[in-house]
Amino acid sequence: MNELLAGLLEAGRLIVTFDADLIEISLRSLQVTLTAVAIASAIGLPLGCWLAVRRFRFRRFVIATLNALMGLPPVVVGLIVYLLLSRAGPFGVFGLLFTPTAMIIAQVIILTPLIASIAHQAIRELWAQYHDLLISMNTTRWQRIATLLWDGRRALLTASLAGFGRGIGEVGAIMIVGGNIDNATRVLTTAISLETGKGNFSLALALGFVLIGLAVVVNLLIHTLSRTEVSGRW
Amino acid sequence: MKFGTTLAAVALVFSGVMATADTMKMAVTTSFHNSGLSDVLLPEIQKDLGLEVQLLVVGTGQALRLGEAGDVDAILVHSKKAEEAFVAGGYGTHRREIMYNDFVLIGPNADPAKIAESETVVQALSAISETKAAFVSRGDDSGTHKKELSLWAEAGVDAAARSVDWYKEAGAGMGASLNTASGMNGYIMSDRASWLKFGNKGELELLYSGDPELFNQYAYIPVNPEKHGHVQAELAQKLEAWLVSDRAKELIDGYTLKGGRLFIFNAEQ
Amino acid sequence: MVTSILPLTVTDAVVRRRGKTLLGPISTTVSDSGLSIVMGPNGAGKTTLLRLLHGMERVSGGGSLQWQIPEEDARALQAFVFQAPIMMRRTALDNVAYPLMTHGVSKKDARARAVEWLERVGLADSAQKQATVLSGGERQKLALARALIRKPEILFLDEPCANLDGRATREFEALLMQAFKEGTRVVMSTHDIGQARRLAEDVWFIHHGHILEQTPAEEFFASPKTSEARAFINGDIVE
Repeated sequence: MNELLAGLLEAGRLIVTFDADLIEISLRSLQVTLTAVAIASAIGLPLGCWLAVRRFRFRRFVIATLNALMGLPPVVVGLIVYLLLSRAGPFGVFGLLFTPTAMIIAQVIILTPLIASIAHQAIRELWAQYHDLLISMNTTRWQRIATLLWDGRRALLTASLAGFGRGIGEVGAIMIVGGNIDNATRVLTTAISLETGKGNFSLALALGFVLIGLAVVVNLLIHTLSRTEVSGRW
Repeated sequence: MKFGTTLAAVALVFSGVMATADTMKMAVTTSFHNSGLSDVLLPEIQKDLGLEVQLLVVGTGQALRLGEAGDVDAILVHSKKAEEAFVAGGYGTHRREIMYNDFVLIGPNADPAKIAESETVVQALSAISETKAAFVSRGDDSGTHKKELSLWAEAGVDAAARSVDWYKEAGAGMGASLNTASGMNGYIMSDRASWLKFGNKGELELLYSGDPELFNQYAYIPVNPEKHGHVQAELAQKLEAWLVSDRAKELIDGYTLKGGRLFIFNAEQ
Repeated sequence: MVTSILPLTVTDAVVRRRGKTLLGPISTTVSDSGLSIVMGPNGAGKTTLLRLLHGMERVSGGGSLQWQIPEEDARALQAFVFQAPIMMRRTALDNVAYPLMTHGVSKKDARARAVEWLERVGLADSAQKQATVLSGGERQKLALARALIRKPEILFLDEPCANLDGRATREFEALLMQAFKEGTRVVMSTHDIGQARRLAEDVWFIHHGHILEQTPAEEFFASPKTSEARAFINGDIVE
């Protein structure tokens, strides 16, 4: 109980004093996860939509694979990306290991199946509703996909947010591929892990509270923005 | 809308994170980093050499792997046999001893095995195994773990004797293992720095130290540029020259933690 | 419009699903004008017939649909109103404008014409409302406006009033008759005999996937040729 209270107080102190380290690693957390979510959404949302609309031979297989990948342990993703990006690995020449880029790559791999899968479920429902109408109106395949993406944008936003939630709290993969280097690849979650390792529970907790706060703020922000737009137009 | 917001946020975030200077990567052990010495040395290195040293804080095993793969430019570890094998394998150019610190035995303040009264570390470990008092091992193939295993071997307590429930392998770093020991109120071998910095001591206290067997030599090994053309050999050389300089000697010998001196500089200059 | 897409000639068209024959073989002609009512007991194949004519069912068994112009061009000049109106998650205005926007009309022009259509079906006040919050009657009127906005030559309606109350049904019928008078060919299914009597010029009676009768309305109601049709008009259960 004392540890929890101390953690809360420490979190408050760090925030109130605009602690430079805290701001830096928080921004880096946002940088890595927001970039990864943007890329994973750019791939996952149309992919999920496409899987809902198109019938092809291996569709069920692809969907099953996607759902399986959703449960992929981040540590495994981290290890694979690590081995690929290592100087001794196939993409070693790019020198990406232990950079924020490597962390983004790992997170994109973790988040894309999640976002695609949620998007697929949402769009499949919408497509079941719209199917006859859009066929009747003689729309092209691309018009159908565009219509589903637009009319399903709330659900898709939720998919992206779920991705953000998973990404911002992820530690296993980015610890391995980022290396938790101070001033270079340290983010909130890896810092928490480090401080826990040192037995500095109150600082670790404080960072944890900042992480939770950040996730809540970003979620609220996006929801508010989308609602403002909604009430403005409708 | 969402995408626009995201872009704006990303742009904002990226703008704050750019720095250009000489940078090199060095893999170091958790125990070294936990000592806090790196927090003193790195800013001085930056000031003196204009060199930003990025630390990868890992176990000795992974540090050596990073060096073998060429993912870092140098390593600073403390496991002599493994280091010599690393250099013999052609992965490092040479091994340069820098300094040493020491390991200590930590345990519950009730000290059921009475190790505080031991004369040697071997005697202390024997006492623990005889009383079957809980003992937490790193169990992660780190330098500290290897050191611990060699001491058990000297005490004549083999793996079979340890494969019973009083001996727990945490499979984790020093801090996490200390957390485990604290939770179980058991014995553990730790480097002195990690122990001093550790914030969750509970009923644990330092019970035994001082045996030369427990001294822990740190060595610096630049990764061999003949194996990996991209390594920053020049920067690694600059750093080595600084690490064995009088300036480093002064900082290393002068570093104290909670009133205790941690490292003794012993590089041949 | 130089060439009309009608009449449509249907030859030996069969609709099968999972090995079961739902409809046909059907051979008939849909003339270029008129208001036809498709009647028949539940499960007779009314919906399947309308969907077949609209090109939404795969024709099996070597049959064919033959419009006066190529099938692809003919598709653009038809519209369909479903029994349960499908409301897109947009405003009422954008629902009506949608068919125009997907067919090369600018957003601004499409919305302007959608406003006219909303006025015509009496939904001008609801233009900025989400379509999904409209009542059943409003939804079906919206669906009608959306179907008519591209000025189809032929309009199919699948029991559009099945879920509407009396007042909504009357309003809907009035709007439908107006479109018919302006020259739209109408083919509509219903199981409401009263509605058939009010609207039909001719009646297609179908049973077990076959068209049993295709006769002018007066004749059909006065002296149905088949025993099934007679039973149906009398309100008996037709198996």
